[in-house]
Order: sequence, then structure tokens, then C-alpha cells
Amino acid sequence: MTLAAFAYQRPRSLAEAVEAMAEAPDARWLSGGMSLLPMMKLELAAPPALLDLSGVEDLRGIRDEGDFLHIGAMTRHVELARDPAVRRDAHLASLAAERIGDPQVRNRGTVGGSLAHADPAADLPAALLALDAEVEAVSARGRRALSVQDLLLGPMMTALEPDELIVAIRIPKHTGHRQAYTKVPHPASGYAVVGVAVAIHEEGGRVRQAAIAVTGVALKAFRAARAEAVLAGQAVDQEVLAEAAGLVCDGQDVLGDVYASAAYRRQLAQVVTRRTLEGLR
Amino acid sequence: MVATEERVAITLAVNGRDEQVSVEPRWLLSDVLRRECGLKGVHVGCEHGVCGACTVLLDGEPIRSCLMFAVQAVGHQLTTVEALGTADHLDPVQQAFWEAHGLQCGFCTPGMVLTARALLDRNPNPDEETIRETLSGNLCRCTGYQFIVDAVLLAAAKRAEDAEQGA
Amino acid sequence: MALRGQSVPRLEDARLITGRGRYTADIQLAGQLTALMVRSPHAHARIRSVDGDRARALPGVHAVYTGQDTKGVLNPIPTAWLPPGSDLATTDHPALAWDVVRYVGDAVAMVVADSLAAARKARDLIEVDYEPLPAVTGVTEATAPGAPLVHEGVPGNRALFWHAGASTDEVEAALRQAEVRVRLPLVQQRLIPNPMEPRAAVAQYDPSTGKLTLWATSQNPHIHRLLVAGVLGLPEHRVRVIAGDVGGGFGSKIACYPDEVLVAHAARELRRPVRWVEERREHFVATTHGRDHVEEVELGGTRDGILTALKVRARANLGAYLSTAAPGVPTILFGLIVNGAYDIPHVAVDVEGVYTNTTPVDAYRGAGRPEATFLIERLVDRFAREVGMDPVEVRRRNLVAADRFPYTNALGITYDSGRYHAALDRALAMLDPGQVSRHREEARRQGRLLGVGVSTYVEMCGLGPSEVAGAVGFQGGLWEHALVRVLPTGKVMVMTGASPHGQGEETTFAQLVADRLGCSLDDVEVMHGDTDLVSMGWGTYGSRSTAVGGGALSVALDRVVDKARQVAAHTLEASVGDVVLEAGRFYVQGVQDRSVAFAEVALKAHLAWSLPAGVEPGLEAQASYNPTNFTYPYGTHVAVVEVDPETGDIHLRRYIAVDDCGPRINPMIVEGQVRGGVVQGIGQALWEGAAYDRQGQLVTGSLMDYALPKARFFPPIETDALETPAAHNPLGVKGVGETGTIAATPTIVNAVLDALAPLGIHNLDMPLTPERVWQAIEASGWKAAAGGQGGVQA
Repeated sequence: MTLAAFAYQRPRSLAEAVEAMAEAPDARWLSGGMSLLPMMKLELAAPPALLDLSGVEDLRGIRDEGDFLHIGAMTRHVELARDPAVRRDAHLASLAAERIGDPQVRNRGTVGGSLAHADPAADLPAALLALDAEVEAVSARGRRALSVQDLLLGPMMTALEPDELIVAIRIPKHTGHRQAYTKVPHPASGYAVVGVAVAIHEEGGRVRQAAIAVTGVALKAFRAARAEAVLAGQAVDQEVLAEAAGLVCDGQDVLGDVYASAAYRRQLAQVVTRRTLEGLR
Repeated sequence: MVATEERVAITLAVNGRDEQVSVEPRWLLSDVLRRECGLKGVHVGCEHGVCGACTVLLDGEPIRSCLMFAVQAVGHQLTTVEALGTADHLDPVQQAFWEAHGLQCGFCTPGMVLTARALLDRNPNPDEETIRETLSGNLCRCTGYQFIVDAVLLAAAKRAEDAEQGA
Repeated sequence: MALRGQSVPRLEDARLITGRGRYTADIQLAGQLTALMVRSPHAHARIRSVDGDRARALPGVHAVYTGQDTKGVLNPIPTAWLPPGSDLATTDHPALAWDVVRYVGDAVAMVVADSLAAARKARDLIEVDYEPLPAVTGVTEATAPGAPLVHEGVPGNRALFWHAGASTDEVEAALRQAEVRVRLPLVQQRLIPNPMEPRAAVAQYDPSTGKLTLWATSQNPHIHRLLVAGVLGLPEHRVRVIAGDVGGGFGSKIACYPDEVLVAHAARELRRPVRWVEERREHFVATTHGRDHVEEVELGGTRDGILTALKVRARANLGAYLSTAAPGVPTILFGLIVNGAYDIPHVAVDVEGVYTNTTPVDAYRGAGRPEATFLIERLVDRFAREVGMDPVEVRRRNLVAADRFPYTNALGITYDSGRYHAALDRALAMLDPGQVSRHREEARRQGRLLGVGVSTYVEMCGLGPSEVAGAVGFQGGLWEHALVRVLPTGKVMVMTGASPHGQGEETTFAQLVADRLGCSLDDVEVMHGDTDLVSMGWGTYGSRSTAVGGGALSVALDRVVDKARQVAAHTLEASVGDVVLEAGRFYVQGVQDRSVAFAEVALKAHLAWSLPAGVEPGLEAQASYNPTNFTYPYGTHVAVVEVDPETGDIHLRRYIAVDDCGPRINPMIVEGQVRGGVVQGIGQALWEGAAYDRQGQLVTGSLMDYALPKARFFPPIETDALETPAAHNPLGVKGVGETGTIAATPTIVNAVLDALAPLGIHNLDMPLTPERVWQAIEASGWKAAAGGQGGVQA
């Protein structure tokens, strides 16, 4: 297969990368390429230049920063899934990472790339939303931090400027929270028809903090605020869980497609949410 | 930076050898391995990142060579099926695929064998569910997968046996 | 040791497993050019103009061909199956559309360039001016009054109408008299074959000899030679077709397509090798699809569960053109076996073939027989439910009994042999009713519904007697050819007209040779797939290679042995009648110390220093085996599924396949065929299905949308076999390449509907996606009793 021609550069540092982008504003960042290459093949994208981030050391590595885990943007899904610190302190991110695509995708795809691509059925956004993660982005204009919530605007749309680059994801530690990610994959694409990420913190038999995030269901992954509110402060029983699960799509414009109608997706999201919560009890 | 059809000289570390190739940045790794390196065991089945026939090992881990530009592979170790074994000296995984009838038309086989090999390198004793999950990025239309799963189980046993004898 | 019946590892694997297979796309010839097709984005449109001038002007571009360029130069592509009495409305199928495109993917132009990149650039510059026309994609809309016409000369879009069996009046009368009647509307959705290797073609023309060589992904190179020569207007002996390693076909590599013909044409015109490789997304629109029936079927019988009458009305979507075997698939290969394994006295079948603005439909694994099996197996279950009887018991009462073979069904075909009840009993024993009860209880406690589905199928394959081929309008013979050449050292080369592409006949046939001649497998080489090497052949489809190709080989081996025996008798100074071949040596019967090795006889035959009178030098023989009947493999498949009522998700818990394809030459290969076939059949039941939108765009046009079965979808498939020989076949064998696919689809659907029966759900269209199942459950008024307590994780 032949793709449209492009210029290629592999910067050696973050500064070099940012500078290269400033000089070639139509360029696209290339990380794992798991979404960009298929788009180029389908002629949905034809960037004149690609800046390959694989040589930028600053984008790598997982670090413990006290209350946070710092995940370099070029961290591959397989690394996120296996990393002991992530499994301990932000388990949900590992659980979602190990459900992404298949081994070949997890071996190449990156955390930063997945977030920047903002596929509405991707797994990581749900987990990172539930974990209240934020991203750190840079451009020639400097650095900024924004929450994953603020980052995701819609399908394949983020709050990033075209020249901006995700450098890292910062995840507040959720050590001791009960966490689970349940995914119903599309049988062909492997993307989530519904994916539900849950992190619950209980104290004295009552829910102190509940985070429920859903992917695959709406134009972007979202936090199920009404469902969370039902759980907050409660001693959880079957009835409460069912009530919360019933509200999981509240206020959302639920998507329908050839494989799953909106009505079915809503049902699936509710059932999956309820079962995920039950599984954590 | 402007889009270019000009070639760049790169060195790919393929099957333990350094291959000097001159490529356009847009050339896919799968095409370069097949066309420039003559490694026809890299099969191109869908080119949209699903079927897994083009699977090769990058630093020992399975990846789809149709979802990567050749220029991205610089600095990595690539392994294709050609390096696993020859008919006289098969890798235990290949031997197991043969004995357990893990192939029919053979088109998905190089990718399957490489994915299986990487799995066993990481997890020498996988259960059936793990094997099925791991092989789900490689499509096979002929076998119904069962003999492939059996082949991976057999390969695990063979490798354990080999390791014992080596020890 | 006898090699027949042994699960020896396959001889073809050494090259395939090491990445040294030689597939068509691997061929790289000096000076080779690359072809790309321009395909219609419209389902139906008039072509106002095709302008290739800008493309032709690009550097590296050698030619741009259009429909108008090739009109009169290339003959239209013919269909090769003309069922008599079917009012077949054939139309011209140009390799490149002349004036009208009739489906998305219809080829409009071909560009040939130095490289793929140049070809792609050129393709983007070819301007086609289309005037879109209204399109029809389904048989119902295509046959509605006033529907747009796919071909102007074909009113009502009716490509064919075919009737088989008793008169409709007779069968309707029988249905009226029946104590119980059940009727089902069935949709057997369109499938996309998707062998893992896409199609490809490389052509080379030698002007000095006038010979064209075409390497192609073909299941039947001799048929391709015949058709390609015809379309190109080349004499047949100047066309050589080579099918190297072929990466699966499932019927999709039978047809003669525009692409292969065009590549050959360009090679002839440009005097340079030309190569074309299908992209997967191209495969979805440009390679033939399968199935696509809409049916009304009705079954009648007694309250005791005895079946008396069956009426079938099927409308088959044939797509925009009649592909190579297409007219025979929904007629002959479907209509003659709709009664399945059951003795039903009154049967009538009406089939309407319909043109639509979709990709042509042709053979896909099973080709007609899965459609027949699905309808009868679904009907029998529905009937059993209606009379309040166990579906197994209804089957038991109607299966053709073992003492009734050869059995001629109401449609006039004669089933060769079988022990249908024995297969059913074997499968049920494996199922273990006690375990099913435990599983059912366990599922119920966890809020799931368990269902058991059965299918007791029979199919007709090993295509087939040539006289029948003629009688049913197949424009070819259905015999097979084999040549056995023994070399002076006793090594053996076999040339077969079968064209295996994954089925393993290089091994199966070598086993037959080694078994007969007493040599080792390593002493045998089986060659196939080259029309210059193999004098004739009809190819691999319809599960015919071992039954028919193996039959030819068996006869050829007899002839080799007969001749060798004469030479051996001469050497041993014994009479021919006293000489026997055992384990690679000829002995004088009863005299163990007078013997000569087969290899030594081979040498003597070649040296010809001293041959018996009238015996020619050399040791080879050929045979053309023309079977006297189809073969009829059969069996019982059973599935156990669990349905999650809250999500509609189906969990396949067990799958049991008991099949009888006659004596198995290599049981391991047979099991591989069964398991692979089963998974493909389950694919239709649960995941696969092509969908078009109203404009005729394929909305399941990639592997991201069209779900092929994956490893993680399945439990182990439990198999067992019976071996009842087909008396008319030299080896006693029946085919096995399609049985799994034929049996599995109704087995799964019956299992799911068994699970849903308590909810009053009796029919569902495939694929049984979770949503479809859930919608049906919702509509049934059922609600999760305990809120899915402790339910499964989705």
C-alpha cells in the first residue's frame, strides 16, 4: 500500500520537537501510530510532515512523585499495564490498558497518543477520567496542565492546540481504592461498545468517594456524575447500586450505530455499571 | 519541512543482521521487509491493522509491520519468521505448529508463530485462555484456532523439556 | 505400516511454517509493472465519461484502460453455470464497465505504472463523470413493482426462476392435509469470504512464443485458463495459469474476475509483466460474496412427529452480475437437498435469482448446502416445538434409516450411505445429559438461560458426475485427473488436477501413494496448480479433491501397480497372477524368498533391457476419474449456549461435532477441516453479516466493521467420527471441507432459540448480535427476575 508522501523527522529532545513543530505547523506528532496510520491509509489524514516522538527521552518513563504518578506520554499501553507502581497506585489505568485492542496494539500504542487521538470508544480516557488524571502539554508558548475532563472535547477532538504536545499524564494515587474496568468490545474492531471504569473509596462501610467513567457510549468519555452522587456517603447495598447504575447515562446523548443502537447501548451501560459495582463489593 | 518522495538511507537490524536500505519515509515496514529485504514471510493480509498476518517482533514483542513506517524501526531489533528456524532446524514453536496441525493455508502462520513465540518468551507456561486472548490479534480463517492453541501448549511443553535437558 | 488412516504431519508445512511459501503476491519479475483499479463509488450510475489523459501523462505511467478501450477487445466474462429450465437472464459482464456501473466496486478503469506510488498518483488523476441512478440492494426491494432495473433488459430484476421437486399444488395439498404445519420467514444474510490472503495476479507475455503466463490466486487454474483465454481471445494452449501457494479461498477464488483478465490483457499489450494485488478493503467490494437468501419455508407433518411435506420459496440475491458458478449455487446445490437427512415424501422448491446493485454473489464455503441445511434444521426444531416433542425425537423419527441406502430423496438425488441415527446417538452420548442438567441449573441460578441446539445434517459434495454437471447446466466436467510418474530410482511424482489451497492434499495424496506402493512419504512429491504441468483438472471446491481427485489418483496407482507387476513377474519368472505387492516388494505368492523391490522394478521398467512382450518402457500412468454420484457426508452437531438476558450476550459453552466423511486418510487433517468449518459456520450465526445502506454503500467494508471469528471467541470443539464408506468411490471417501460450516450455523441458532423458547421467542435473524437477542427478549416482556443477581461480567 502506498500512502501520500510526507517529510519525516525524529527530534532528539523535547526542545527540538517543539522547535520543529513551530517551524512546520502543519506537521503531526507521531507516537505509536496505531490510530494515525490507519487514518492515513483511509486518506482521512494526509499530514505533510510527521514528527516522530520516539527519540525524545523526556516523554518516557513512569515516576513516583509523592501524591502523583507521572506517566511519560510515550509510555506504551503494555508498560502501563505491567508497571508495578501503576498497578499499586492507579490500578484502573493498568486494567484499562490491558484491555486495549490486542497485544500488537498494546506493544506500540502510547498513552499520550491515545489521549490526543480522543477516540470516543477508547479505553484509557474512561480510566483516566475516573482517576482524575491531568495531562501536561507543551508548545513553543510554554507548558500547561489540564484535566483529562477538560482535554476531551468530542470525537477526535481535544483542547490541544495543533502544535501542542502531551508530555505526560499525572495520576493522583488511588492506593486503597477499589477499582475495576469492564469492557464490552466490538467483535471486529475491539473498541469499546461500552467501557465502564470505577474507582471507589470506602471508609467505615460508607462510600467516601465514587468515580464512574464511561467510554464508547457518547461523543466522548464522561463521568457519570448523577450515579456517583447516588453512591456518595452511602452504605452500599444492592438497591443503591442498581439506582446508581440506572443513572449512568443520565444527561448523555447516547450513540447508536450499526452494531448497537442508542437504546441498547444505554441498557448495556447500565447493566455493565451495575455488575462492575457489584463485583467491587 | 515539505512532503517528500526522496529516499533516506537507513539501517534496519533485521534477524541479527544490519540491512542498509534506502526508503521513502512513507514506506511501510511490511513493504520494506518484503520488497527491500526479500523477507516474503512477512504477509500482508489487510493493511488496516486488524489481521495480524504482517506481525513481526520488534525488540522481541509482536507488532504489526503494516502499522509502522520503516523509518520508525531504526534502532530496534526486528525478527521475522525467516529467523526463527529453517526446515532442518525448526524453532520449537514451529515444530509444534507442524506436529499439532496449527496451519492450513499458511498465510496467517508466520504472524501466528511469532506472536506465540513472544508469548512463550514472556510466559513459558500459559493457560489456554491466555493463549486465546494473546492470539486474538491474529486472524486465521482456516483452522478454527483450536489446533493453533494446541500447538502453543505443545510448544510450551517442548521448550520446558529442552530447558530441562539443557540444565 | 499402513499410511492410510495415519495422522502424519503435513508435507506442505515445512515451507509454510518457515515463511518460504510462494504466494502470488510474492512473485517479483524483472521489469514488472503494477496495476491498480479504479472502482465505482456508486452502486448504480451511468458513466458519462472517463478521462485518463492526465493520468497517462504522468511519468512512470504505462497505460490507462477504460471500458470503452477494452470494448470489443475483451469479450465479456461469461458465467459458467446455466441451469436448464431456469429462464436464466444472462447479461454482458464487461471486465471494465462500458456505460453503466452496477455496484460499488465495479471496475471502471485500470492504471498500469512502474510502481505502486506512481499508479496511485495516476489513479487519483483519472476523472470519471458519473450520473447516479437509483439503486436496489435487497431482493425484496429489487422485486417490488417499479423497482429500478439493474440491467435494462431484465424485467423485474429476475435473473432466474427455478423449480424442483413435486408440483406446488401437490405439496400444498399435502400441507393442507398435514395435522401440523409450521412456517418460517428466514433470512440467510450475505457473507464476505475473507480468506487471509487477498486475491492477486501476475501476468507475463512472451511475444516470441505468443504465450501468456498468469500466476493467480486460483482454486481451479484449468477453469481459469479456459475462461481467461476466452475473454482475451487467446488460444487455450497459449495460456498457462499457475496457482502457487494459495492462502485460502472458501469459494472466493473460483470465479473468473475482471482483475485477473485485465492484468493479463495489459501484460499482452505492454509486453511487460504486470502485477495486481487486491487490498483488503477492495476484497470487501470486489470479490464475490456468499449466501444472501430471503426465504419462506413451510413444513407439515403428523402429531406423532412424522414429516410429510416441505415447501420452499427462496429468493437469492445474485448481485449485479452472474459470477462464474453463481446460478448453480442457489438452485442445484441448494434446491436438491432441502429435505436434509429426513425422509420427506412431498417437497417443492421455488428459487428466484435476483439482480441487485451489489457485489456479485457466488460460492462460499458450502455454497447452497448451508442455506438448505439451515432452513430444514430450523424448521424441524420449530415443528418439534409445535408438536411438543423433543427436537431430537423428531429427528430420530424422520432420519433416513441405515437400511434404506442408497436412498433417493423427493428431489431425485441418491444419498450413498450413512448411519444417521448412530451419529446422533454418538453426539448425544458426548453431550452427557446429566452434565447439561447441572449446567442448566447453574446458569439459571446466575440469571442466564441455557440452550441446547442440534443439527443432523447431510450434504452433497465431491462434485460430481460429469453427466450430472451437463444435465444441470454446469459448463464443465466434474471428473478429475491424476498422473503418477515413477522415476528410475522408484521415487514418485504425482500431478493432480485438484488445486488444494490449505486442505493438505500434498500430504493426503502422498499417503495414498506411499500406502499403495510401499514407499515412504518422502519418496513422493505431489504437484498441482500449473496448467502446463497437469494435463487437465477441474480444481478444488465442493469438497471434491480427495473424493474425486483422490479417486483419480487411486485408479492411476492401480494402473502403475498393474504394469509394475508385469515387469516384476517377468523378472521373477512367475506368472503375473501369482505376483503380489506388499510393503514395497513384489513377491511370488507363497514363496517368500522370491521377491523384487518396487524401486528395482521401476529401474528395470526404465532401462527396458528386458521387458515382457508388449510392455512399453517407463513406469507411469494416468487416470481420469469420473464419479458416478456425489458423496454425502453427514453427522450430528450439538451446541450448548448460555444467553445473558440482560445484555443479549451469547456464551458458547460447548460444541460437539460428530461427522462421517467415510474412511479418513489423515484424521488430523479431517479434524482440522471440521474445526475450521465449524468456526466459520458459527461466524455466520453470531457475528458475520454484510450490510448495505440505502444508497448501496457497503457499511461493513473493513475488518474493523465485519467481524471475523477470533481465537478468544471459542471453547474447544469436541469431535468424533464415524467411517461409513461411500460404495461408489474408489477410496470410499466423502468430502469434509464444508461439513462443519454447513452444520454449525443452524446448530448455534437452534441452541440460542432453545434458550429463548421459554420466553416465547421462536425465530431470530442472523447474525445473533447481542442487541438482536436483547431486543427480542425485551419485546417478549421478560424482565430479569432478581435484577441479574451475581450475573456474569460482560
